[in-house]
Formats: sequence, structure tokens, C-alpha cells
Amino acid sequence: MTSLEVRRGGIGLLRDLSFKLSPGQTALVTGANGSGKSSLLRVIAGLAVPAAGRIDWRGSAVHRLPPEDRGEIAYLGHLDGLKQEFTVDENLEFCRSFWKGREPVEPLVAEMRLESYRHRNIRRLSAGQRRRVALVCMRLKPARLWLLDEPLTNLDTRGTEVVIEWLKGHAAEGGIAVVSTHRPKRLETAASIEVAL
Amino acid sequence: MLDVVRQILLRDLRLAFRRWSEMATPLIFFVIIASLFPLAASPDEAQLRSTGAAVIWMSALLSSLLALDGLFRADSEDGSMEQLILGPAPLGLVVFAKIVAHWAVSGVPLLVLAPLAALSFYLPLTALPELIAALALATPTLSVLAAIGAALTVSLRAGGTIIGLLILPLTGPVLIFGTRATELAALGEPVAGPLYLLASVAVLAVSLGPPITAAAVRTALE
Repeated sequence: MTSLEVRRGGIGLLRDLSFKLSPGQTALVTGANGSGKSSLLRVIAGLAVPAAGRIDWRGSAVHRLPPEDRGEIAYLGHLDGLKQEFTVDENLEFCRSFWKGREPVEPLVAEMRLESYRHRNIRRLSAGQRRRVALVCMRLKPARLWLLDEPLTNLDTRGTEVVIEWLKGHAAEGGIAVVSTHRPKRLETAASIEVAL
Repeated sequence: MLDVVRQILLRDLRLAFRRWSEMATPLIFFVIIASLFPLAASPDEAQLRSTGAAVIWMSALLSSLLALDGLFRADSEDGSMEQLILGPAPLGLVVFAKIVAHWAVSGVPLLVLAPLAALSFYLPLTALPELIAALALATPTLSVLAAIGAALTVSLRAGGTIIGLLILPLTGPVLIFGTRATELAALGEPVAGPLYLLASVAVLAVSLGPPITAAAVRTALE
């Protein structure tokens, strides 16, 4: 159902890379710094256009997906995408209504242990706490394909465990995930394929 | 569709009020330029009246330049812009909503402040409605031009200064028709001509601006 094939020339980051993911699979993209992990995820998300080759999501090229189908893809880059001036709750509320998410916010906030910070501005949170909010925000999108770029950055052990649980749950529901990391050890229990760059 | 416009509009307005000093700076700048000018020129009533329209419009242009750097910069630096690009709504609509929000916090206050500035140039009270009408038609065009400039320079470090070079030449028509309308109004002449021209420029800008800006944002963040 999903055939994924990337060929990227240009600066010559990635070349002749092809892989295919089926429902329920989680791919771990590993490689050294600068090997093109983030570029690969941005191309898959449709933020950048590949120099050659194509990426298909359910049969149509990903960067030409009509807006209403783009809701099926959730991308979390290394920037958190949160507004500093807003509180945790305000950010999450915007996420939910913009993406028309149906998932309830409360359990996710509780899982990430953010209850006591809900009315605090993002500016006043630590980097790890911001990452947690960004991950909850990602979960609020009704997406079937998750693209996570180094999701564990700044997360503590507990946060890492939650992300692993989420990935497993997502796969069990037939979702697909592509996760980049330079420390594959921590995520390998959740991964079914490893793509080494 | 309209729901997305409403969400982005509310979000940007709330953000603008949280960062109210950024919002107030261009407006105070406008008031200062417009009130320093009579001090520099001779306080002769006839001379002030003849230059008043030009000064008010130039101050409005310059102050709108100050307001535009933040239009996409903050969103692209914290990663929100990537999320908006990937969002389930056409980027053109999102950009349109952001332009409307920008206009509401930078253009609309000018409609209130400009008549006050006009009084210090001895512009007759009867000319004020026409001045406000001309500004109401001109400021949306300025916001659209600001958005195009901001989108083109969003990936540059010192984008703020370059935008002026990009945008100011394009504001020519707005400046010409705007000052003309104000001068005619001051003389008690009919102003329909320049107002229609301002309106047509605004329609052109508002209809073509958002898709152009969206394309520029997409390219800048690629």
C-alpha cells in the first residue's frame, strides 16, 4: 500500500535509496551527523522536493498530496513548532483544532507528565519539557504516518519510554512511522526495519 | 476552509497582543515622524498644508516597513511555519489569514492615528473622511507587499533591511494615488478617481498576493 523510494542527488546526500513500508512497520533511520537523516525526513514529509526519484504515499506523490490528505502525515522536526508566548494548553488547543484531531488531550498530557505545567508559557519550560509538549502536539494529529526527527532529543528515561510505547501502539494500530536517531540502541525495541545512511 | 482562516487569524492576533511592544513600535514611529516634520519645516500654515499629504503617506509607508519583519520570521524560527506548510489547509489560505492579522495590527491603527497627524498639518477637518478611506484602501496593499517581502527574505539573517529595498519601489502606485486623494480632499475636490485606483490595486494585491507569498514561503523553507 505504501511504496517509498528516494533518490536524491543535488549535494549528493543520499543516492539510490529505496525502501517500502507497509502498515504496522516502523523504520529507524540511523547514520552519523550530517548523513542526511533530517533531509530524508523532510523529503518524505513533502517539505523539500527530491532531486530525483519519487516518494509515494498511498499511490500519489507526497509533495503533491492535496491538503486534505496531508493530515495523514505528522512531521516533527528538530524544531518544536510551539509558540513561546502561548501556554502549553494554548499550544495544544491550536494543534488540535488546526489538525482537526479527535484524540483527547488529557491522557496524553498525563502520560507525558505535563499536568502541572499546563498554564505555563513555553518560554518558561525546559528543553525536555518543550519536546514533550511537541510530541503531544504530534499525537493530536489524526495521522497514519509519523515522521519523527530525533524525537528523543532532551528527553529523560521516562519520556523515552513513553515515546517507545507510543510507537509500538501506533504500529499495532496499523500505523507507519519513520524515526531518525543517531542512538539506535534506545529505540530498537520499537523498530521493525533499520535504514542505515 | 473559513475555519482555518479564523483559527490562524485569532492565533496571530493573540500573539501580536502578547508581543505588544513589537506591535506598538511602528505606530509610535509613525507618530514621531509625522510630528517631527513640522518642527523641521517652517511652521508656515500654507507650506505645512501643501506638504502634509506627502509626509503622512511617507510616514505610513516607512512605519509599515518596520512592522513586517516579524510576519514570517518568528514562525519559521520556531518551526511553526513547517507545521503550517504541512497542515491540512492550503498554504495560500493560511498566508491570507496571516496577512489579515498583520493588517489588523499595523494598518487599522494607522486609520486612527493618521487623522490626528493630519491635524498638525492644518488639513481641513472635512478632508479627514477621505484620508481615512484612502488609507483603508491602501493599507491592505501595503500588508500584502510586506508579506511578499517578508516571505522572500525569511531565510536571510539580515532580512529586515533588504525588505525595504525590495518593497519600497513597489509601493509607488499606492503612494501616488494616496497622496493625490488626500490633496484633492484638502482642496475640497472630488476624490473618487484616486480612490477607485487604490481600490483596484488593493483587489489585485489581495487576490494575487497570498498564492505568491505561499510559494515564496515554501521555497524559502525548503
